[in-house]
Amino acid sequence: MTAKVEKAYQKLLQDTLKRLQEREFGQAIRIQVGSATCENAAGAQQVWQEFEKNIRTSGRTDIRLHRVGCTGRCSCEPIVGVLIPGKMPVKYERVDAELAHRIFVEHVLNGNPLAAHVLDNAGDFNADWQIVVCDSRHCGACVNGSVAKVFRAALEEAELGPDRVRISEVGCLGFCSVPRPEGATTVLVRPSHTAYNVKTPEDARRIVREHLIGGHAVEDLRVTELPISLNYFDLYGDVAFFSSQNRIALRNAGIVDPENIDEYIRYNGFRALAMALMKGEPEWVIEQVKTSKLRGRGGGGFPTGQKWELTRKNVRDMCYIICNADEGDPGAFMDRSTLESDPFSVIEGMLIGGYAVGAKEGYFYVRAEYPLAIRRIEKALDQCRALGLLGKNILGSGFSMDIDIRLGAGAFVCGEETALIHSIMGKRGQPRIRPPFPAESGLWGKPTVINNVETFANVPAILTYGAEWFARVGTENSGGTKVFALAGKVNHTGLVEVPMGTTIREVVEKIGGGVPGGRTLKGVQTGGPAGGIIPAHLIDTPIDFDTLGKLGSIMGSGGMIVLDETDCMVDVAKFFMAFCQDESCGKCTPCREGTKRMLEILERITSGKGTLEDIDKLERLAQLVKHTSLCGLGRAAPNPVLSTLKYYREEYIAHVTERRCPARKCRALIHYEIDAAKCVGCTMCARNCPVSCISGTRKEPHVIDQNKCIKCGRCFEVCRFDAVARV
Amino acid sequence: MSTHCCCNGSTDNREAVMAAARAALTPEIVAFIETCRADEHPEGQLIRVLHKVQEHYGYLGQDQLNAVAQLLQVSTSKVTGVATFYHFFRTEPRGRYVISVCLGTACYVKGAERVSEKLSEELGIHFGETTKDGLFSLNATRCLGTCSLAPVVMVNDDVFGDMTPDKVPSLLEQYARKAQKESQQKEA
Ligand SMILES: Cc1cc2nc3c(=O)[nH]c(=O)nc-3n(C[C@H](O)[C@H](O)[C@H](O)COP(=O)(O)O)c2cc1C
Ligand code: SF4
Ligand code: SF4
Ligand code: FES
Ligand code: FES
Repeated sequence: MTAKVEKAYQKLLQDTLKRLQEREFGQAIRIQVGSATCENAAGAQQVWQEFEKNIRTSGRTDIRLHRVGCTGRCSCEPIVGVLIPGKMPVKYERVDAELAHRIFVEHVLNGNPLAAHVLDNAGDFNADWQIVVCDSRHCGACVNGSVAKVFRAALEEAELGPDRVRISEVGCLGFCSVPRPEGATTVLVRPSHTAYNVKTPEDARRIVREHLIGGHAVEDLRVTELPISLNYFDLYGDVAFFSSQNRIALRNAGIVDPENIDEYIRYNGFRALAMALMKGEPEWVIEQVKTSKLRGRGGGGFPTGQKWELTRKNVRDMCYIICNADEGDPGAFMDRSTLESDPFSVIEGMLIGGYAVGAKEGYFYVRAEYPLAIRRIEKALDQCRALGLLGKNILGSGFSMDIDIRLGAGAFVCGEETALIHSIMGKRGQPRIRPPFPAESGLWGKPTVINNVETFANVPAILTYGAEWFARVGTENSGGTKVFALAGKVNHTGLVEVPMGTTIREVVEKIGGGVPGGRTLKGVQTGGPAGGIIPAHLIDTPIDFDTLGKLGSIMGSGGMIVLDETDCMVDVAKFFMAFCQDESCGKCTPCREGTKRMLEILERITSGKGTLEDIDKLERLAQLVKHTSLCGLGRAAPNPVLSTLKYYREEYIAHVTERRCPARKCRALIHYEIDAAKCVGCTMCARNCPVSCISGTRKEPHVIDQNKCIKCGRCFEVCRFDAVARV
Repeated sequence: MSTHCCCNGSTDNREAVMAAARAALTPEIVAFIETCRADEHPEGQLIRVLHKVQEHYGYLGQDQLNAVAQLLQVSTSKVTGVATFYHFFRTEPRGRYVISVCLGTACYVKGAERVSEKLSEELGIHFGETTKDGLFSLNATRCLGTCSLAPVVMVNDDVFGDMTPDKVPSLLEQYARKAQKESQQKEA
């Protein structure tokens, strides 16, 4: 069987390479345009059309438009990459049709990049070469100190200045994912897709001499295997937002065409599946996943290998595998982006999982609100079937499995595993008491594995690049990385993938670029409605399931909302409580009634009608709901309240005793005043007030009639003289 | 005279009832339900069927729900139970333009609430309602995955980012004009 699978995989690979060759992939000039819900919302489709038109009218046949998913740099979308063979790749931000046209004419046709529009102002595209060195814990130890230093010396010797060659030190490049000689460090030379193992200063000199000056690769130093994020850093290594990340789950996002299986296969796709099938031992797969210390990314953090092992033990005749793509956290979009940018890795992960536990049928449970993700999964499944990667006798191994899609219908509770199973069975999505756990009795009463999208996306990487390596990337109890959807009051919003153990500060400040508008960070909300707030003084906490749990929050599925001093913590708690109350399925009393009563108390407090007893009652109720609800929704719903009470109790107290909202957010507790000394009488506010409660004559100070004012804040926004104060 | 009286034991009107059910849905949906019937667990396809019905009709009307129950051989109470449990399903028709305000976390902290208040005020309707002229429906949704543009409002499939209460009137006007133009074109 091993030989048969090997042969089938080799054939798959050869056929793929042939097809790619026919498309002249890698030789032609490539214009990459992002295409995911976020990219499209920002106008990527118009940009695509503009390029299509330009290519057509130019009559050039050596220019290809390349659709890719989303890189995660949301606040700069649409992003366009121009890849000219032999030249440094250039990425542009916030491209519109007009800019697309200019890029085409000035850069693609005439070879002059538009410096002013380059993504994050990265200047490295001007240089001929860039040497990217890992500055992380596993390979930073090169001879004579850091690798970067060694290269600087070698460049100086060869008289190559920074105008010709740049050096950038980045986080883990993932090059440690492939074997290399003892004591060597891996560096990447852009733009040539070449990675080297460097051990001595002489190695560095040779690379400079032979490759950068001489123009051909130093074959004996070359890394022979394709490390996990080579493609990613080759394309994005010059942008600070990306180079502090470590891409495992999102290894292909923004690099491959999510609607084309060939590109996925070319970048080691389905190699892990072939490996597993070649071994012929499902137990081996489970062992690997256990060694990798992969924990579920859907929020709970249950060790995935253990879940698979338990399920496998229970299988008699039938068993199912389900991918949870319900993504209910109202401020998160990791799973959507993964599915829209690289659906194949999730499918491969499901197949490997299915093989490990003995499943023959799999389901994607996807939110109906994600039409593009659904379309891409459908397409991907069809392509897999066409190549014999799904269905009967996969890769000639005798293993058969198929995957079907089921749509959610907008119920947060359906993310809970027993509710999800009910929903797949066509019922109301209400949870039931566990045990029995799905591993014993799940879909149609059979053992069932449920894992999150991101969990599955990691699995192929674990087998391909090694379980030990994966475990090493993370912390002691949790291997690998975590993807976060960074949003709220932060400069660079988007998707961020960092190793477990990275601090919140690194994510918010280094990658996210800090809080905008000169305001200060107040706290970071993680885990969505089931999580809590980490206050600013604790943001040096390393991110991990256990550390965040200890602080009263949770890792959750990956929502990370940055809050600044204008955010009222009572109001944030109220927001999440309103969400949970609305989403409670109503099956059990503590959750159904408790969330409602807690919401009422929070509303009282934010409207200035609360008392100190209310705060106590809120806390008691929160504990009660937490300990007596049936499912995770009810049990976690009090978390935002409890964590804000823990860290920001004085804010609650100010609301009830002083009738004051320290963040000046709660409308009932603020009012607007015009400072007569600052007012120049421009009449702007009076003209904008919807209830006409501002009076005054031209060039005279204006006055707000507090009895009529509805506190809409219009005057505050329109006054250009800073004369309206919110107090 | 009533044609479907249950006390009239002499006539079995099953065929007539089935035919009426088929007539209440499109042939494609009927065909889909037929294939579901062959499935190992036909009742498991209920949500899928409802998605198809809503996709075609824009909402789940009582006639369609009855028909689905009949054709899938699932009780009407179960079908209704499912249709009303999930937020995504609507049992009322929608307006021509559905305005969805994102009330996800990122949008909320960036002021989505004030945008939705303004929309409510301008349209004179609450979430889940439709204007009398059938032009606009107002909806709340969760994260649309475009948090970087927060606060976000969607009108049918068009996304509008960085919304402020200020921009609401012109947004509505834009669609009202669009509707007017389209109906004029239709007449002409
Ligand atoms: C109310 C509630 C909502 C949930 N929503 C999701 C979700 O949207 N996506 C997800 O993967 N897991 C969600 N979960 C967790 C799942 O129940 C389950 O633990 C998870 O899918 C298991 O996969 P993992 O081990 O790979 O994390 C939710 C749990 C609860 C209680
Ligand atoms: S805790 Fe809430 S969501 Fe969970 S079963 Fe009870 S009522 Fe339903
Ligand atoms: S807008 Fe400002 S400056 Fe002008 S009248 Fe109002 S308060 Fe005075
Ligand atoms: S490549 Fe250096 S730590 Fe991974
Ligand atoms: S919270 Fe509104 S788009 Fe994400």
